[in-house]
Amino acid sequence: MKKIVPPFLLVALLLISWEVIARVLASPYILPSPLQILKKIWLLREPLLTIHLPATLTIIGIGLLISLVLGVALALVMDASTWFERAFYPLLVISQTIPTTALAPIFVLWFGYSIWSKVLVTVLIAFFPITMNTFEGLRSVKKGQFELLQTFGASRWQQFWKLKVPAALPSFFTGLKIAVPLTVIGAAIGEWLGAQAGLGYFSKRMMTQMDGAGVFAPIVVLSLMAVIFAAILAGVEKKYMGWRKE
Amino acid sequence: MVVRMEHVHFSYGQKVILNGLNLHVEAGEFVSIVGASGCGKSTVFRLLLGLENPQQGRIKKHGKIGYMPQHHQLMPWRTALDNAILPLECQGVKKAKARKQAQQLFIRFGLAGYEDKKPYELSGGMQQRVSLIRALLTGADVLLLDEPFSALDALTRNDLQKWLKDIVHLEQKTVIFITHDIEEALFLSDRIFVATKKPLTAFECMDSTVSKAYIYEKIGGAMR
Repeated sequence: MKKIVPPFLLVALLLISWEVIARVLASPYILPSPLQILKKIWLLREPLLTIHLPATLTIIGIGLLISLVLGVALALVMDASTWFERAFYPLLVISQTIPTTALAPIFVLWFGYSIWSKVLVTVLIAFFPITMNTFEGLRSVKKGQFELLQTFGASRWQQFWKLKVPAALPSFFTGLKIAVPLTVIGAAIGEWLGAQAGLGYFSKRMMTQMDGAGVFAPIVVLSLMAVIFAAILAGVEKKYMGWRKE
Repeated sequence: MVVRMEHVHFSYGQKVILNGLNLHVEAGEFVSIVGASGCGKSTVFRLLLGLENPQQGRIKKHGKIGYMPQHHQLMPWRTALDNAILPLECQGVKKAKARKQAQQLFIRFGLAGYEDKKPYELSGGMQQRVSLIRALLTGADVLLLDEPFSALDALTRNDLQKWLKDIVHLEQKTVIFITHDIEEALFLSDRIFVATKKPLTAFECMDSTVSKAYIYEKIGGAMR
């Protein structure tokens, strides 16, 4: 309970200030108040939750899955071979210096308005933390633990499953916790730049109509989604990674 | 004879560690190795465990060798019991069977009720006992113990020394024990190997009737 009070109070304070400022400004197309946004969400609940949310969730799901497979595979390859590590590491770092938002229009040119242009933006943003953290986790295994397993006559396969995988799991989870909100951002950016459905697309459409609350409504839904994902991950981590207390 | 090293040479790069070392340990003996830091004690263990190969000379071993490292090296994600059965798992023994076997040792070693605890939930002494159970479950006839009690407080260390002496006697194991603590070596061992030369060519062998001061003098001489 003690942990919840400070953020709850701060959020409440921010929302109240926002409400007051918005009422004073009285220009809802520039700064809609939180209450106006809530009303808008309620009003638009059907298109938001039945059309645009599923569209965005699909992109997030596919993007996250590809990021996971790609991220873990790259980490494993780099861990297994110094040659691959030397080859990939700089490339991976450079990949993060590319302004993805600037590249996204090119993806739209390549893939049109299909989901793949958005998925590609999502993957480009989200795979990196998974790769780097998983790689660091695989590298975190202590030499002494390795040698001990060798003295037990463990095969390479046993060393991998009994030592490397469990040792890398916490770092992998850290990567995942960073990656999941990034997939939400990636999907929204992708949709902003070219889509026919999705929360990002909906927000942009509302902007062309000068509907301030309409712009914010899908963003609030996006944020809530990211918070829910983060909470689920935190729960799973608490259940299975309790040993990190060491 | 259970373990014999004959004219073993070993160096890390240019640094010669062992220079024609001879060593032999008989079955059922409790032998301690004492010496200054960096004199090559741990290298002897690494060679006996097969983690390093001698550059010259021969190593003969009869029976299996089990190892208990200085730091317990328990896997933090495994329970105490599952840590103990790790060597059996590596040998392909089914988990249920391995756990049953380890459970007996947990009861005998006063760890009943702690099977499902994670290492961080155990005291230092308990962690070392789990580590020894793990070494015993390798099925080894010879146990190599590398300063197993060095990180413990004096009281726990005394308790565990007595406990180890009983266990080794009961289990009829051969033990080679590295320690910095001369009193510990005198209390536990049948023979004490003192590293008096650097690089190590031979250990000076003493029985447990010699005085602590005499051993210190020998080690000190090697360091000067």
